[in-house]
Amino acid sequence: MTKKTRYAGLKKLYIILIFIFMYAPIVLLIVQSFNSSKSRGHWGGFTLKWYKALFTNADIGHAFVTTILLAVLSSAIAVVLGTAACICMSKMKRRSRNILMGVTNIPMLNADIVTGVSFMLLFLTLRIQFGFGTILLAHITFNIPYVILSVMPRYRELNPHIYEAALDLGARPATAFFKTVLPEIMPAIRSGALMAFTMSLDDFIITHFTAGAGVHTLSTKIYSEVKLGIKPEMYALSAMIFLTVLILLIMVNRAEYNAEKEARGN
Amino acid sequence: MNKTKKIAGFLGIPYIIWGAVFIIIPLLMVVWYGLTDASGSFTLSNVAAIAEPAHRKALLLSVILSFAATVVCLLMAYPLSLFLTETQKDSNSLLTMMLIVPMWMNFLLRTYAWQSLLEKTGVINTFLTSLGLQPLRMINTPGAIVLGMVYNFLPFMILPIYNALQKIDRNVINAAHDLGAGSVQTFLRVIFPLSLPGVISGITMVFIPALTTFVVSSLLGGGKILLIGNVIEQEFMVAYDWNLGSGLSLVLLVFIIISVVISVITDREEEAAR
Repeated sequence: MTKKTRYAGLKKLYIILIFIFMYAPIVLLIVQSFNSSKSRGHWGGFTLKWYKALFTNADIGHAFVTTILLAVLSSAIAVVLGTAACICMSKMKRRSRNILMGVTNIPMLNADIVTGVSFMLLFLTLRIQFGFGTILLAHITFNIPYVILSVMPRYRELNPHIYEAALDLGARPATAFFKTVLPEIMPAIRSGALMAFTMSLDDFIITHFTAGAGVHTLSTKIYSEVKLGIKPEMYALSAMIFLTVLILLIMVNRAEYNAEKEARGN
Repeated sequence: MNKTKKIAGFLGIPYIIWGAVFIIIPLLMVVWYGLTDASGSFTLSNVAAIAEPAHRKALLLSVILSFAATVVCLLMAYPLSLFLTETQKDSNSLLTMMLIVPMWMNFLLRTYAWQSLLEKTGVINTFLTSLGLQPLRMINTPGAIVLGMVYNFLPFMILPIYNALQKIDRNVINAAHDLGAGSVQTFLRVIFPLSLPGVISGITMVFIPALTTFVVSSLLGGGKILLIGNVIEQEFMVAYDWNLGSGLSLVLLVFIIISVVISVITDREEEAAR
């Protein structure tokens, strides 16, 4: 028995160590956002001045708005295109479905740098002005697979008779879809959208090759600042984004958990 | 019913066009640029340029460092996935915390933070000297790059291994025990072979991004250690030699295709065995 509990303790310790490894840099960044000394190495006392400076820094503000806009737009468009593609693929012949799924897997299996340069060559050849539009096209493209891979399994598990019953009862196809199919696949759409949003928010490499001069996301801004030293305002902003998304996710999970509990209680 | 099928077919058209224009054609353009020179005539010199000493050195270093990072990731991720499946209690939310939540802190900043940890006067060395130990030289070394790779790509190793382990039927493990196998024997002859497809897919998902990165090396290598990703990035963004950049990218594409083929084969074999 003692041997078994010791083994369980070791397992827990191992999981905790990996957690520390994953979160040490994040904790450090959050601590640095409150550090009044500009040099990273030493602690100059607690301050909120970087948070204040953040609101007067127009450059970072622009990059922040661009990043969020990209993440929201690209994940929303990817959800619409990806969900429509799932509906189509489930009705396709096996062979054509496999081909389309193979194409869908390409952006996930390919190296980001190759995806990035391939977009760059496409936009150069088509003489499309590099800017917000080109980044958005690229982000939508690498986001669609996350939506499809999340929605597809759920959609294929659906009972088609419910949709057909709605049609038989006189609903138009669109109404039948929104009333019977959509609510069923909604959890999968939501997790696909969250994944897509996260990927867009965190992307640097593909953005780097599709951004061109003048447009900055937070990632490209950080990369351009690395050599001269990153401004502490950036730590403050990142700490705020991180904590906001974390709190939102916890709240959503709580709400879902409570709703589930209530549904079970009845 | 037929009408429904027709509508479903139409719904797929935007994505089919999208995939052709933004997935297939761009890749073909890399092939096109890689196999032509500035005047547009066919040449293999862009691909052959990988044999030039500077490029060969960068590729070799990339292969060595990404191999090391893959091995370390595997050694870290396998026990973790095993422990997570054994505890079973709501491991999914634990996994989300480990894999997705860190991504909400920008990936460049997270990697950059390792600079502060590894620096000469950084957090780790300050701690070491306060214990009376010698400070270590960690930043701007190949080791620092491997650490950055492990840190960034570890989640891609954990996820497939965890999924593979979770699919294993408990009854199979119990049967092995009932037939007299010890825990070591059960692991070696039942659990590990069944988790192999997850391991293979984890290896390719870590090896390819590590092999092709230019960010980790420029943030933690001090700009002096060039990987093949750095060479390609500079051809595109500094030298504007798109033909040479594409030619070198084709070499990476060969690695990618090999790894995809390997994981498809192991997947097929697993399905055939079922």
